Amino acid sequence: MSTLTTLARAEAVVEGVAQRITTVRHVHLAKRPLVFIPLTMAGEANAPLAAMAGDDPDNPTLLIVPQPRNRDQRFAFAAELADIVIGYVDSFLDDVEEVTTNRGKEVRHRYADAPQLLVPNPGGVGFTRLFGRSTRFRRTDGDYPVHPSVPLLGRWLTYFTERAEHPGSSALVPMTQALTMHWATGQSPLEDAQLAAFMGWIAPPDGLTGAEAATAAEDPVTWPPAGPATDPTFDNEVLAPAMAAYDRAVATDSHVDRRRGELEEALRTQLEPTWRLMWHAVSLLRDLPAGASVAKRWAEDRDAFTNFTEQLDAGGFPQPRRDGAVAAARRLHRMERALTSYEVQRAYDDPMVMADYRLTGEAFVGDVTAAHPTRVDTSGKKRVLRPWIAVTTTDPVMVTPGTTLLSPEQPDGQKARVMSVTRKDDGTTAVVLELTGGMGRSLTPAPGSVPEVGKRICYTTLSDSFMPPGSFPSREETPWTHGGPPAPYEDSAPTAEDAREEWS
Amino acid sequence: MTSVGQRLAAIRGGVQPARHNARTIAALTGNPGCARRAVLDCAGVDKQRLAAYIDYPARFGQSQFAITRGNAFEAQVKANGCAELLRLLREQLDLDIPEVSYDDLESVAGHESQDLRYARSRALLTRAAAQAEGAGTLFDHPLLRLEVAGQQAYLEPDLIAFQHAGRFHVVEIKSFAVIDGQADAGKVAAAAIQAAVYVLAMRRMLEEAGHDPESVSHDVVLVCPRNFSNQPMAVLVDVRKQLAVLRRQLSRMTRIDALLAELPATLTFDLAPDDQGVPTRSPASLVAALEAVEARYSPECLASCELAFFCRHEARGCTAALGKAAREELGGIERVETALAIARNQLAPAEDQKEAAELLRAAGRLRAELMSGVAG
Repeated sequence: MSTLTTLARAEAVVEGVAQRITTVRHVHLAKRPLVFIPLTMAGEANAPLAAMAGDDPDNPTLLIVPQPRNRDQRFAFAAELADIVIGYVDSFLDDVEEVTTNRGKEVRHRYADAPQLLVPNPGGVGFTRLFGRSTRFRRTDGDYPVHPSVPLLGRWLTYFTERAEHPGSSALVPMTQALTMHWATGQSPLEDAQLAAFMGWIAPPDGLTGAEAATAAEDPVTWPPAGPATDPTFDNEVLAPAMAAYDRAVATDSHVDRRRGELEEALRTQLEPTWRLMWHAVSLLRDLPAGASVAKRWAEDRDAFTNFTEQLDAGGFPQPRRDGAVAAARRLHRMERALTSYEVQRAYDDPMVMADYRLTGEAFVGDVTAAHPTRVDTSGKKRVLRPWIAVTTTDPVMVTPGTTLLSPEQPDGQKARVMSVTRKDDGTTAVVLELTGGMGRSLTPAPGSVPEVGKRICYTTLSDSFMPPGSFPSREETPWTHGGPPAPYEDSAPTAEDAREEWS
Repeated sequence: MTSVGQRLAAIRGGVQPARHNARTIAALTGNPGCARRAVLDCAGVDKQRLAAYIDYPARFGQSQFAITRGNAFEAQVKANGCAELLRLLREQLDLDIPEVSYDDLESVAGHESQDLRYARSRALLTRAAAQAEGAGTLFDHPLLRLEVAGQQAYLEPDLIAFQHAGRFHVVEIKSFAVIDGQADAGKVAAAAIQAAVYVLAMRRMLEEAGHDPESVSHDVVLVCPRNFSNQPMAVLVDVRKQLAVLRRQLSRMTRIDALLAELPATLTFDLAPDDQGVPTRSPASLVAALEAVEARYSPECLASCELAFFCRHEARGCTAALGKAAREELGGIERVETALAIARNQLAPAEDQKEAAELLRAAGRLRAELMSGVAG
């Protein structure tokens, strides 16, 4: 949390409503996301109890497991969920676009759009991860055969959760996290983890303050928890009797459908409020204009989606339980690069994010007070265009002469070298900058490529320039310090034992 | 009865004290500076009931599904004289336990009084400590004691294993799963601090009896289900760090008599129940009593203290209610309005707020500049 975000929290307390902390939206929102709200059985290891899922706000599908301790019913749930998720994923496989790479010399294909899963909170991501883990190694033959869609579902859910760890990806988004990025509430981050309370702060019902709405949203009777854990009182007073009645009905083989229907209705009451909240949150986020880099990052998600469908088509093994040494190092490196460029992109897209860097002296905003746009440097062998500008700012300036700065408002590739920094008596600072690049090839700059006097402009040390990918040994060349080369596929091939793995 | 004891009894009113357990002691270390909590817990006030009566009910509850599963798992691990557990200790942890006896300390000849049970646990455990070459023993349901802010709290670890190399190991049986070698970090941390409470209690007991406290290992045995199955697995968890935290917090906890000296002599949380057990005292007067004891609310309290909803209500408008990090970001200033007024340059900072004020003002200036560009 930055000082600015915290200040926004303070404003939210006083104003009684959540405050915006961005000017634009930094997550991609699909036209047709798949909202997925899982519930688990308390005390069990990720045993599904129910889920509500669908891409149409008016038409959710409710899945339930009447007896979550029953293995067959769990896999029946997995098969039903697979129908929804795989059906949804497959709907993106028709539309392909061409992408030119390597300066137009090569063409590759990627899907024009990609699936997006929305879950209420990080717990929903955790459920998705573990459910993927417990289904992707299953087999369709042998001792405990499952429906062919079950292991495929496991691989897809694993794909989504791996993307969720990738900074800037919008393939699987926990809603509370998306909201936290854009709004500051007048409560603590701990309380923000509850979707209903968060939404109470952003959009309090008429006549209530955000604080009152959030407090009201803590009543589990009107606003059941957004999962995956259920409200213990609901478990004890509603679910347990209904489940017992269902078990008795099965044992005596009478009224089974009716008892199942009652269980369904009970679980529906726990899911429907969250379902409505999710779509409300979707519409609030959609109202924000998308940041300039959002489409670029979503294209990376589409690349990842395309690559994964190719991997599936090529056969191969499900994702391993744990990465080998080389694969882990590569993944970490990819994530670090993605995180750096995600942070820079957000700052470039959004003056409110850039403001955090202004506060720490990594960026400043000021007015151009003088400009020499046609200045030519004649000191070298060749005459070169090197305009100077002076920017006067009230921000604290921490940069020193010689530093290279960039401006989000200036053409790509234009660099500004700090020539001098002068603090004035009135508290302002004048920074003289020498510009290179992005001005055309002649000795007079292209129109508009040098900031004019009076322009308000931002300069920063942040740079999203190309970072060369690290080099890693191949899997077969894993050094002995990292355990040496792993035995072929020992870390990924599902064994008969995996397929039989207990799930009780 | 000591005068402190009398005082605490008066604060509690005419009811039995609520019992401490490892979980409440572990929670105490989370917020040791809260006088309200220290006084209520030392006096053994039933905070759950009190909170409900003043209309800020705690929302802790445990699902019966979780309880059932926890009990079933514990029973499975302990079945047949802990056969399953012994296998784990031998095979997975390489503990050299050649032969083993099993002592259940749940009741003493049918008596379940805590003093008796504690005396028996103490006798058996200290005897085992004295016979370093004796055979391994598993002590089921031992009862330990730990002094918390001047009061004795009774504790019941799941199990204590004693092996013949002369070390005791506390065994914690938990029903959360360890999947591919990883478990929920929050749950492991909670289990570790609870186990540390037992280790500390056991060490103090041995020390009192003149034995080496270090014979209680700082490696506790955590037994959990493996992956998605009911198959137990055991891991050793090093709780040295938790022990250090616990020792420091327990010693730092303001001695209760010093706290009591600051409080009005008439202070009591007696609900004054009538013959039917219905409280006759007005909630307003209980709220007034609570307000007489200073609290130190932080959002973490919501997860561990029954009175948290009341304290949160009371802390509205305080920067602490936004979390520790937010309070620090706002320069440690007490009230949200004050911080905001300083940031907006509407209020001159006090002497000790000057440094924080500079950053706040810079942030306030930026925020004002930016908000003018955002609608809504």
